This record gives sequence, structure tokens and C-alpha cells, in this order.
Amino acid sequence: MAYDKFTILKSSAYPLPIENVDTDQIIPARFLKATERKGFGDNLFRDWRYNSDGTPKNDFVLNKEIYGGKILVGGRNFGSGSSREHAAWAVYDFGFRCVISSFFADIFKNNCLNVGVLPVQVSEEFLAEIFDEIEKDPKTEILVDLQKQEVSLLSTGSKESFAINGYKKENMLNGFDDIDYLQNIKEEIIEFANKRPF
Amino acid sequence: MINTLFDKVWDAHVVRKIEDGPDVFFIDRHFIHEVTSPVAFLGLENRGVGVMYPKRTFATADHNTPTIDQHLPVKDPLSANQLETLERNAGKYGISHWGLGDKNNGIVHVVGPEHGITLPGSTIVCGDSHTSTHGAFGAIAFGIGTSEVEMVLSTQCIMQPKPKKMRININGKLGKGVGPKDVALFIISKLTTSGATGYFVEYSGEVFEQMSMEGRMTVCNLSIEMGARGGMIAPDDTTYDYLKGREFTPKGEDWEKAMAYWKTLKTDEGAVFDKEFSFDASEIEPMITYGTNPGMGIGISKDIPDAEKVEGGKSTYDKSLQYMGFQEGEAMKKKKIDYVFLGSCTNGRIEDFRAFASIVKGRKKADHVTAWLVPGSHIVEDQIKKEGILDILTDAGFELRQPGCSACLAMNDDKVPAGKYAVSTSNRNFEGRQGPGSRTLLASPLVAAAAAVTGEVTDPRELL
Repeated sequence: MAYDKFTILKSSAYPLPIENVDTDQIIPARFLKATERKGFGDNLFRDWRYNSDGTPKNDFVLNKEIYGGKILVGGRNFGSGSSREHAAWAVYDFGFRCVISSFFADIFKNNCLNVGVLPVQVSEEFLAEIFDEIEKDPKTEILVDLQKQEVSLLSTGSKESFAINGYKKENMLNGFDDIDYLQNIKEEIIEFANKRPF
Repeated sequence: MINTLFDKVWDAHVVRKIEDGPDVFFIDRHFIHEVTSPVAFLGLENRGVGVMYPKRTFATADHNTPTIDQHLPVKDPLSANQLETLERNAGKYGISHWGLGDKNNGIVHVVGPEHGITLPGSTIVCGDSHTSTHGAFGAIAFGIGTSEVEMVLSTQCIMQPKPKKMRININGKLGKGVGPKDVALFIISKLTTSGATGYFVEYSGEVFEQMSMEGRMTVCNLSIEMGARGGMIAPDDTTYDYLKGREFTPKGEDWEKAMAYWKTLKTDEGAVFDKEFSFDASEIEPMITYGTNPGMGIGISKDIPDAEKVEGGKSTYDKSLQYMGFQEGEAMKKKKIDYVFLGSCTNGRIEDFRAFASIVKGRKKADHVTAWLVPGSHIVEDQIKKEGILDILTDAGFELRQPGCSACLAMNDDKVPAGKYAVSTSNRNFEGRQGPGSRTLLASPLVAAAAAVTGEVTDPRELL
């Protein structure tokens, strides 16, 4: 599924300074029963965000009015656990276009790239600085420049570059996806498949 | 050329290399199930493309299926809709489908190997992270997201950068009461849940060489829990003996040809890994987890470690223990438990039921314990009956349920209530994994059996 182009994002952020945030927290299994990709944002962090009677938990970051924006900042090893792309859909559907952490679980990272959410991996030190700045000022702005592969804190001016695979970068900058690419080399794939022993 | 097992299988499946990009990677076998495929099929329709190789695609219903009264209509309308959608999509595109009630139905990672669909040297993906299970056969197998499910359906390829390589060696002999699940939980406790992120793991050494196929599947299944893309074990006689004669394995001359190829699938002497770990089998005892990720595990005789000794930071650790209702420094032994779950793609195989039965034989289920014993497939269920295991279980006061993923992720009705403790042979102890508010202690079938008969965390070695 193609998505919007990603070039530069300037936004405030929601801080979630917890390590090993797993995909079951991002979207619990009972919300995986849909057969269409819509509405997942409503259940993003469902059990951290709502009480069992459906009322919001006031102390959870997504429920605090002082925060806003299109960036989610998470603790180390963000997105561990399941391969469920629903987790990335929920992040996207809530309105996030970028997740910043010091370390991502593999499949989650890949899923994000496939659905138009940019995973930005920064150093532990820079992550700590981002959390500090947001604590000081919840409206503090972060600039993510995909072309330059750079993330900066506008309040302090400190910045860090981040890595992204060149092919994935082009895809995100242009809003393309892998299937577009693969469809174009189908003959080559068929030729390859014909040689497989089983 | 000196290569690792992983290199040999990976490189044989690269259709095209993209500069500064991923490899176009060919997939031999694609498993689909009801939860992660519907949106992928919708994507095909929106693009106006079909399924490229329906014969390389296999569908089974497992995540949502009830474990009792499977002959009746599924009560939950959302689950029923997903199951019907899978059946409809499979029918429309000519994909083989083992739906609810089919004699071949069961958990995707149990039925694949049972039918010989999983072969050494092949590549296997599925929209489920525990696809790593199939690496036990010397295959490259890993979980993918729904966009990639759509990719494989429409092009039989995905775009993947080649992961780094890790080898984990364990030599020596496992102690009494120590099994494959303990080996896996031990490794994860050492490496942490992110310790193998970005790597593909090869397990080598005497412990894995001597392990059964069921045991190897358990170990490879849990590779994902330390962040690895997947795990694999070189095929050997144990592998070939398991595969021979199964429905989808090559036959006659093709079998001989395949064997000749499979015998080349081992890491060459002197091949280099990006990272390597070695442990001694004697270090491992029956394991149990105390926290909310699979890396938070200890030997059953040990106490819950202090925050300083574990990864993750004090606040995350405190949050985790608070959720579980445990304290630093407490013993896990003697903790009262409420539920026991034997099953899942980790421990729903015949060997797991044999192990469970070896402890409960001649004993009785603890009165306050609710036990869900869920075979991974109908074939396992039949074996349980044929081998007399069902009689042992029934005599001890247990009931057998029908196959499916069940309480592993609680998408069906098998949910552990909030605040209750479950000793579970499944793969994840995340908050709410087995139902909102549930508290999961991951363990082997032997530890689960010991808990089921005593009603508390018990070292199975005391009952063997």
C-alpha cells in the first residue's frame, strides 16, 4: 500500500521513556480481528491508555493534552515481539509519521518503513537529551530531515545523523513501495523460480 | 569458498542485488493464516494483481480458532469473519486451505513440518514472527508484516537486506529435567530480548546435535524472542529421518537428489560469524520467567535478581515486577499459580505432551488450577490418543482441548483473567499477552506439569 511522501518533518513529540515496548502493548491481540486496514489508531497502546471500563488513564502520555505532534519518542528496543504490521498501522493511524528510539526491533522497523512511518535510531545520549528537552518543554520541536538523514532539537540546536538504507530512503521520499519495484522485474523472478529444485 | 550454512541458503535465493539496498529474495514456501492475510488480499485486489504461485502458498486457520466445540459455528463474529475471509481468499486464488475441522488443521508452525512442507535449504515466510520455528530443518524462515505478505503473494519475493550472522554453541550434556525450552530461555536470559537483533542465528554443538526435531523447533521458535530474525540448525540424519515419507517431501529419485544437496548444508570449517557465543550445557537448569519479557528468566532454583543485574533500566524493571506482583530478591519456587497452559507453536508438539505426561502420571491435578492442554494440530491430538497419553492425562484429572494457538495470544476465548498467574509453555509473557491483566510465567512442559500437579512453582527434578 503506497503512502504519503516523507521529506521533512518538524513537529513536537510524545515521550514514552520505557524500554522494550513490545508490539502487544502497541496493539493488543484482541484488536487484530479486522479484515481491513482502518481504525487501528483508536486502540494504539489500548491497555496503557484506557481503563478496562473504557475511560482514559490520565497519566498515560497519549492522554495528556500538553503533548501533541507527529513524532513518538520511545525507549530502547522499541517494537519488540510480534511481526504484526498492525502495530505499525496503529502508530501511523494515530497520526505519527516518525518514531525515534535508540534501538528498534527488526521486523517492527521494517514494517514501519513499509507503511510510511520513519524509524529514526539515535544514540542513547541524544535520546536522553530529547527526553530531557520534552520534559522541560512539552511543545519543544524536533526536525527530521530524511534527505539529509538528520534529526535536530530546535531548542538546543543539537543534532545527530541517522542511518537508513538508500533504497528505502528513496522509496520514502517518493512514496513508492516494494511491490511497485517487484512487479517490474517479474520476468526475472519467473526465470529464477523455474530453476528452484522444490 | 568457505561459507556458513546461512550464507549458503541465503545466497541461493537472491534473485537480484540492489546497490545500497535490499536483496530481492525468493521465497520457496509461504504460509498464511487468518489474521495477517486479509489486508494483503485486499491489497492485491486494489492493485489488480493475482497470486503468482498458489502452489507455493499454504493456508491454515489457527490464531482465532476455538479449542472446544470446533464442529459448531464460531461464536465471535469478528473471528468467524476472519476465518471465512481466509477460506474465501484461498478458494478464489487456488491456495490449499486447512480450515477449522480439516484433519490437517493446526498451528501453522506445527502443521508445516508435519506435512513435509518445510524442507532443508528452503526459504519460508509467514505473517507471524514465530516462523523462525522452521529453521530447525536448516531452512531460512522468518516472520514478515502484512505488506510483505502481499509482496510474496503477488511476486513470490520480498526485499530484504541480508542479516548479520551469529553462532551460538552449546556443548556438553543437559542435566536431568532440562529440555529444549530451558535451553532457549537460558540463551534469551543471557542475550536479552534485543541481543540478537539484526542477526540470523545458527545453533551448533552437541546439545543441538543430540536434540530431536521437536526440540530443535522449540529452540528455533524462540529465536525471535532475543530479537533475531531467525535461527537455524544444520540438517542431519535426525532431520532426514523426520522428513522421509511425509506428504510434501520429495520422493524416489527426487529424494536422493535433495539429500545430496542437503548434505552440503553445513557451516564450513573456518567460516566467520559476526558474533559468536558459547555456553556449557551444565550451566542450564529448568528455567522460569518472572517478568514481562522472555529475557527475564532464571533457573528455577534462583531468586529474582536485583534491578542492577539486568538490562532495561530500573524504572522499566520496577514497572515489570509491579505488573507481575513480584519483588526483587524473592524466590520463584513455591509461588502459587492459577492456570497452566500447555500448547502453542513453541510447545504444542507430541514430545511436549509426552514430557507433561511423564510428570502427571500417577498424580492428580491441583484442585485450584485451571489447565488448558492444547495440541498444536489434529495429528498431535491423534498421537496423544494413540500413545495412551490421553488416558494418563484424564486419570490425573486433566482434559484435552482441540488444536489452535489458544491462550498463547488469547485471540480466542482462552484468556487468563486479570491478576491470575499462568505457567505457560508459550513464547511470550508480555503484559496482557494471555488476556488483559494476566500474569505469565514462561516455562517448559515439565515445569508446567509440576506446577499443574502441585499448584505452585515447583522444580520438576523433584518429581522425576
